[in-house]
Amino acid sequence: MSQKYIIFIGVLILALLAGNFAYPDYLNKGIDALNGKFHWTLPHFWQKPYSLGLDLQGGVNLIYQADLSTVQDKSTSMAGLRDVIERRVNLFGVSEPVVQIQGQDRLVVQLPGVKDVKQAIDTIGQTPYLEFDEVRTEAESKPILDKIKEVQEAQQKNQDISKIKDWQLALQNPYIKPTELTGKYLSKATVNFDQTTFKPQIDLQFNSEGAKLFENITARNIKKPLAILLDGASIIDTTGDGVIDGSDLYAPIVQDKITGGKAVLTGDMSTKTANDIARRLNSGALPVKIGSPISQETVGPTLGAVSLQKSLWAGIYGLLAVVIFMIVFYRLPGFLASLALIVYVALNLALFKLVPVTLTLAGIGGFILSIGMAVDANILIFARMKEEIRQGKNLSLAISEGFKRAWPSIRDSNINSLIVCAILFIFTTSFIKGFALTLSLGIIVSLFSAIFITRILLLVFIGQRMEKFKWLL
Amino acid sequence: MCERHYNNYNNYNNYNMHFSFTKYSKLYYAFSGILIAGAIVSLVVFGLKFGIEFTGGSNMEVDFTQNRPANEDISKALTSFDLGEIIIQPTSEKGAVLKFKGVDEATHQQILSKLNELSPVQEKAFQYIGPSIGQELKNKTEIAIGLALISITLYIAFAFRKVSRPVASWKYGLASLVALFHDILIPLGVFSILGKFYSVEITIPIVAALLTILGFSIHDTIVIFDRIRENILRKGMGEFSQTVDLSLNQTIGRSISTVATVLLVMFSLFMFGGETLKYFSLALIVGITCGAYSSIFIASPLLVSWSRWGKSKS
Repeated sequence: MSQKYIIFIGVLILALLAGNFAYPDYLNKGIDALNGKFHWTLPHFWQKPYSLGLDLQGGVNLIYQADLSTVQDKSTSMAGLRDVIERRVNLFGVSEPVVQIQGQDRLVVQLPGVKDVKQAIDTIGQTPYLEFDEVRTEAESKPILDKIKEVQEAQQKNQDISKIKDWQLALQNPYIKPTELTGKYLSKATVNFDQTTFKPQIDLQFNSEGAKLFENITARNIKKPLAILLDGASIIDTTGDGVIDGSDLYAPIVQDKITGGKAVLTGDMSTKTANDIARRLNSGALPVKIGSPISQETVGPTLGAVSLQKSLWAGIYGLLAVVIFMIVFYRLPGFLASLALIVYVALNLALFKLVPVTLTLAGIGGFILSIGMAVDANILIFARMKEEIRQGKNLSLAISEGFKRAWPSIRDSNINSLIVCAILFIFTTSFIKGFALTLSLGIIVSLFSAIFITRILLLVFIGQRMEKFKWLL
Repeated sequence: MCERHYNNYNNYNNYNMHFSFTKYSKLYYAFSGILIAGAIVSLVVFGLKFGIEFTGGSNMEVDFTQNRPANEDISKALTSFDLGEIIIQPTSEKGAVLKFKGVDEATHQQILSKLNELSPVQEKAFQYIGPSIGQELKNKTEIAIGLALISITLYIAFAFRKVSRPVASWKYGLASLVALFHDILIPLGVFSILGKFYSVEITIPIVAALLTILGFSIHDTIVIFDRIRENILRKGMGEFSQTVDLSLNQTIGRSISTVATVLLVMFSLFMFGGETLKYFSLALIVGITCGAYSSIFIASPLLVSWSRWGKSKS
């Protein structure tokens, strides 16, 4: 078997894999049918969903401008802010929220499928609140625990809990209570390494007022834990389950009364944990204000679904139109180029899943545009091939000349389009970024499909035996 | 040997069509001149209607579930909010797009509930853009278009560096630049007219489309220039206008085809693709058509005029 057939089979396998990865429904139905008939247990093909942008699945995109005028180290403060907002956003329970720093002092927050936008904006806009909590005595805990029990029982019986006397008490943490010491008394937190053990530790520096408060608090809490909370939740994930919730609590034990406003947090922790703690302490100590968003985009879930549907159909009609055009004007090579174009679509869709590329309306627009552009290389090659045949060259020579001579203009055109895509990336706007990304991906993949795949198809299907059927070309 | 092939070439498949493109170059210049002048006049007189991405403000898209109140009733209901000028555009059967000055989320919710009192309403989308972002975007758009024009021109000059006679390679770059201006001014003119009479706005998708036009409309120019380069290298120096004419005749079929496939998908997007992508595809349709025209009738004849001008001067 000659080399071209081996490559052809390779391309065929690649196309099948890509197609089924892009749209596994048919294959999986077939597998189900086989499993049912022969009692096999074949596994399903890898099912990975497309990652859809906010404009297609609905949700809110917020841009904030941080006020960094009061802070020294801007990039660290922004990292701290991002961290704080991410903690809050995770509480909304939306799938895959995004919190990103944009440029120097902008923060982008994306909340797919969020219901209450106003509440989300309110929560995000709050100034980070750092507090140091001490342990309650048993006498203090008991009434709260009792009240929680009472409320829970009432809830089980579907009774109105607001009728219970002092029901608000149940909202309090039964084990710890806030002290007067908060973030505003903390000057800064830094990570250092112990001189002898080389373990990371965190140095805290309180201001003069904070030093006095800290002295009093440590004095009355010797050998007892002092919990550190940010926005009412533990400052780090202590259970190691990846989320910070009610079961986490970071509470170092006070070893002795501390005077002078300088304290050290030690213990078995990784450098990363130490950095996390220090960054969050600082974000509570020197809170960066973000206020209300400077840009807000909310898309309802129905609008997104309709847009997706419409643009997909537009793409399918466009693809069909191009296929018909190619077959009518370029006959057999046009048919082969259409096959290559379909492989191109499958490869691109598979790449969207694999990378993954977040698909937005703009991205789909760019992709549809690239379908029209992908066959351009084929058109140039085929036109050249026809010329070479007219000049009396035999078929295989005409094919190879066609590719060779059309290449410089294909290269130059595509480089130009890629230059424009690169320029588009200077826009930080997600619409343009999505468009530029799918378009440039499309240009690169189209070079592969229009040149490599079409060439293999031509070599396999148009051998010397086609000499008699030149009218097909 | 070569001669015989050349004869074949002429007899095969009706290939004896030959149109002297460069002969009528003054006509094309005049035609494009009129279009460009029209576009500039329209841009000066009507200006461009920028979307809120550029100007800042709020944009609210709603669907009334029962019946759509009259525009005046909606305006009247919202007078208490101090929203500046409120623009209400009815969409589809029961929908409306409301545009007003920037408001915070609390006000936005109040507006929504006020509309709900008027007639039950469902919000489809809401957008708020602060003024700083708008200005920034305008600057970025200007920079991006400038950068695209310069880098494409430089790339063309670089790609054709091996041809220096009878026209220097940088002139290929400059001819493309003239064509690019042509391709971007005409769609802008079209949008300024659309903005004036159909309140179509320049939005982010249209900026993306304009930049894509720059990248794509140069494709045909490259194919033609590439053929001119090849013909010069192969056939040697003849009359330059004949070389250009020959190249244009050889490549016009594929120029039309490459543009046609892109236009096919863009028309499909224009007709079926929904609201957001509608004017995006329209901008591309106008721009790419101009691009195809300018590659054949502006960029290439310009090279010839240039070489003549150079000769007459020396």
